[in-house]
Amino acid sequence: MSKLVISSIGPASSVQDGGRPGSQRFGLTPGGAIDRLALAAANTLVGNKAFAAAVEIGPFGASFAAREGAVRVALSGAPRNADIAKRPVAFGSSVTLADGETLTLGFASGGAFSYLAVEGAIEGEPMFGSLSVNARAGLGSPYSRPLQAGDELKVATASGVAERRIDLPAAVNGPIRVVLGPQDDEFSEEAKSLFLDGDWKISATSDRMGYRLEGPVIKHLHGHNIVSDGTVNGSIQVPGNGAPIVLMPDRGTSGGYPKIATVISPDLGRFAQIPAGQAFRFKAISMAEAQAEARKFAELIRTLSDRLRDIENFDLNLEALHDANVAGSAVNAVDATTWQVPSPDAVT
Amino acid sequence: MTAALSPPRLLPSGDSAITVEFSRNIDDTANQRVLALDHAVANEAMTGVTETVPTYRSLLVHYDPVQIGFEALGEKLLALAQLPVPAETSPRRWRIPVAYGGEHGVDLEDVAKELKTTPDDIVARHIAGDYRVAMIGFTPGWSYLSGLEKFLHMPRRQNPRLLTPAGTISIGGVQTGVQCLAGPSGWHLLGRTPVRTYQLHRDPTFLLEPGDHVTFSVIDHKTFAEQDRAAEAGEIIAELIAS
Repeated sequence: MSKLVISSIGPASSVQDGGRPGSQRFGLTPGGAIDRLALAAANTLVGNKAFAAAVEIGPFGASFAAREGAVRVALSGAPRNADIAKRPVAFGSSVTLADGETLTLGFASGGAFSYLAVEGAIEGEPMFGSLSVNARAGLGSPYSRPLQAGDELKVATASGVAERRIDLPAAVNGPIRVVLGPQDDEFSEEAKSLFLDGDWKISATSDRMGYRLEGPVIKHLHGHNIVSDGTVNGSIQVPGNGAPIVLMPDRGTSGGYPKIATVISPDLGRFAQIPAGQAFRFKAISMAEAQAEARKFAELIRTLSDRLRDIENFDLNLEALHDANVAGSAVNAVDATTWQVPSPDAVT
Repeated sequence: MTAALSPPRLLPSGDSAITVEFSRNIDDTANQRVLALDHAVANEAMTGVTETVPTYRSLLVHYDPVQIGFEALGEKLLALAQLPVPAETSPRRWRIPVAYGGEHGVDLEDVAKELKTTPDDIVARHIAGDYRVAMIGFTPGWSYLSGLEKFLHMPRRQNPRLLTPAGTISIGGVQTGVQCLAGPSGWHLLGRTPVRTYQLHRDPTFLLEPGDHVTFSVIDHKTFAEQDRAAEAGEIIAELIAS
């Protein structure tokens, strides 16, 4: 048994896994990781089940120290500078922290949330089958609140297996795909066109409950009050001020604003990682197309372990760095050091 | 033979959920059909259905699109939704104690003024009601009850409060409700109950189910304090008067 000590961490960082669906009829939100593909990739790299508990790290920096033994970890999601004792660490690869070593992460670039998975997963007491933190409902383990400096996570001691990298498909760019409904008939054709043709930005006031959007004002046909009905991850509700909110995993299970459309599940993580201030658009697709994409996404997650590669030599590692870069989709010049080629002795 | 009921609307809710909508309004008949469909879906153990969320007027059905598609599931749900609604067979009935007014129900006096009556009359009317849990939602254990007498119907507050206490009993629009956790609310606060409709590590974790019946009884503020301590320690407090 080893420990992973949180030496420093910013807000909006918490232990998250696949969430706790099944009790939404009692008002219990499912929670779980915001970017499920990133969670699954990090877990797969260290041999865990795809939706095992990992640390979801908010936009600010963080550092983690191994204590009482070595700890094998993997990073995914929003790219950032990462190093262990000045040795750069690549996203999309596993790496082992020796006892006493510290992994230091910078600010996120090209996204908001990164994931740190730990070989053997994080120890905790599942509540409704999940360790995911939902502070409002007093849920989550080992802490039922966001992580703070000084927190300690009990984890397995590193097995010593060879490090791996993961060969993810190239990141999808382009508009965020939605299926119209359930209440698109509460909006005029003109309002729907504004929604689909407008440029949108994610507001800085967004959180795990909902992402607020800035863009054109979407007006309702019959006012903004409907009788509450159920919500899903990705529901796009339009409150009275006409500024849409995309509901995220910590959403209320029901809501009383008309929902113009729903982000398709394969695009929700990609949507969540759009950097604040970057313009994007929505695109409506058919239900058949959305379900085909959802099945492809499920298949990708199911077969992630087929995408693991050995880190055998210098060339392959270059490729890993390149892939991680592409998956992050936007790495700016400030972060160039993340993607510097490590010296060969730093690879192992 | 019984005629098939009017078909509900099937509303797409992304790639992994369908909303089966029986009405756009708060409507008792619609709510009964929602709860009947909810039971029917549970009894059928339908392939691919992962969970259901009943509300006043619709049933949200979450499913796995790898196992079943929108069209196939929609057809099955439509068929079930048009079966006659079975009579309510002995629902569970709960009696929930409430400390009305004062610090526990800061809006009681204003509600009485607004409705041109006395706080006692408001309380008498509120405890006379036989309510049904129409839905649970928003936050864990927040139970929306139908059956509020017309006299007590009131529009919600202009300015919702950002924080209202755990256990708040309130009225809003045509509804009354039992709120479990502290949180925002735009409803009028009549009182508080020591009963936790949601409590972790208690069996059962969730006390009320959609379809249960609820009545309220009056307790004084001293009894509230005693029962609140007992409830904190895991006692259910609410009385099951029939099941």
